[in-house]
Amino acid sequence: MSQPLIDYCIAQGDDALIFGQRMTEWCYSAPFLEEDLALANVALDLIGRAQMFYDYAAELADDGRSADDIAFLRDARSYTNLLINELPRGDFAFSMARFLIVDTFNVLYLEQLVNSADERIAAIAAKAIKESRYHLRRSSDWVIRLGDGTEESHEKMQKGLEEVWGYHKELFIATAGERELIANNIAVDRESLYSQWSDQIDAVLKEATLSRPEDGWKVVGGREGIHTEHLGHMLSEMQYLQRSYPGVEW
Amino acid sequence: METIPLVTEAQRERQLRRSSSRLPELWALLDAVSDPEIPVVSLWDLGILQDIKADEDKLTVEITPTYSGCPAMAEIAVEIEKALAATDYREVEVVSLLTPTWTTDFMSSQGREKLREYGIAPPAPKSLAEKISCPQCRSEEVELISEFGSTACKALYRCSDCLEPFDYFKCI
Repeated sequence: MSQPLIDYCIAQGDDALIFGQRMTEWCYSAPFLEEDLALANVALDLIGRAQMFYDYAAELADDGRSADDIAFLRDARSYTNLLINELPRGDFAFSMARFLIVDTFNVLYLEQLVNSADERIAAIAAKAIKESRYHLRRSSDWVIRLGDGTEESHEKMQKGLEEVWGYHKELFIATAGERELIANNIAVDRESLYSQWSDQIDAVLKEATLSRPEDGWKVVGGREGIHTEHLGHMLSEMQYLQRSYPGVEW
Repeated sequence: METIPLVTEAQRERQLRRSSSRLPELWALLDAVSDPEIPVVSLWDLGILQDIKADEDKLTVEITPTYSGCPAMAEIAVEIEKALAATDYREVEVVSLLTPTWTTDFMSSQGREKLREYGIAPPAPKSLAEKISCPQCRSEEVELISEFGSTACKALYRCSDCLEPFDYFKCI
């Protein structure tokens, strides 16, 4: 059970860290000051979440690696985040469409993860769910405001949604190791969340006067370490300091 | 008869831990330590400080972080160690707990007042039947500007009466 649990914690951490790191790119370049702050704060929540999962993975693995080593000393192929988290930041509408998809999923997922048979995982989920609920309230608001806004904002919001849509399928695919954990009530069966997720997304899109994109394509591979070209570039920036000066501390 | 508790169960337990502690002087020492981002409110009043345990010559201080990515936690741990350095204990360890999950319900009424005086509207939980009000003029005619303010724990509001913008400590 130990290895699947370690892999699971690292994957959860990777999802949060990569999305968080990507969203920090908005800091200083968001449409206005309040959004700079908001996006940086959401990113901070996600990076904090990654640290909680990595800390637990490091304790379980007990191989001398710290949470920081897990974050800064692995190459792209060892990262197991879902692809939706690593895509370039895109424009503001694209980012909000991506947030809506991920936040809606996270709230549904964490609501069940708080009942995990693993106490530590349950405690991390209890902390994270409060933050994700808040994130979702905000991303839904933005999608509705932009979708049901001006002609231009509507068009951009619809375009952002179309661009990210094919990446949502991966949220609902469990790995073999994860299935073992699901059978032991440690992880949540992500596949079973689809219909609820779908209904909630539909409700927001309806209010936003946006149309739901066709399910014509999907991209998968993140959990196996098969990534888009964008992850490597991001890691080279994120890991630069630790790779250049190994072990450096503040 | 129905009893309506004024404090939550978790908060009651926290207060009990302090009042029944054999180390009141250490709790008092830590009353001088605050969150660097909200210097007017002590760790106790903010609800971050959970327990102080002594084991021979080692002290363990338990704290619960507000938000998972809160960057102030490392600095808070250093401040706690500094505040307790003058005691007879040889070692001080600050442990960050995931449970009980921190909530704004842990904030003391004194902490809420200090926040208001400092210009930050305190959290308005449903249980207190209180509305968000302007820390300057107390008006309840306020509007949300942004879900996030200067830190993860705050949102940005504006008073419709005196027109001053202000930070509101979010209720979680």
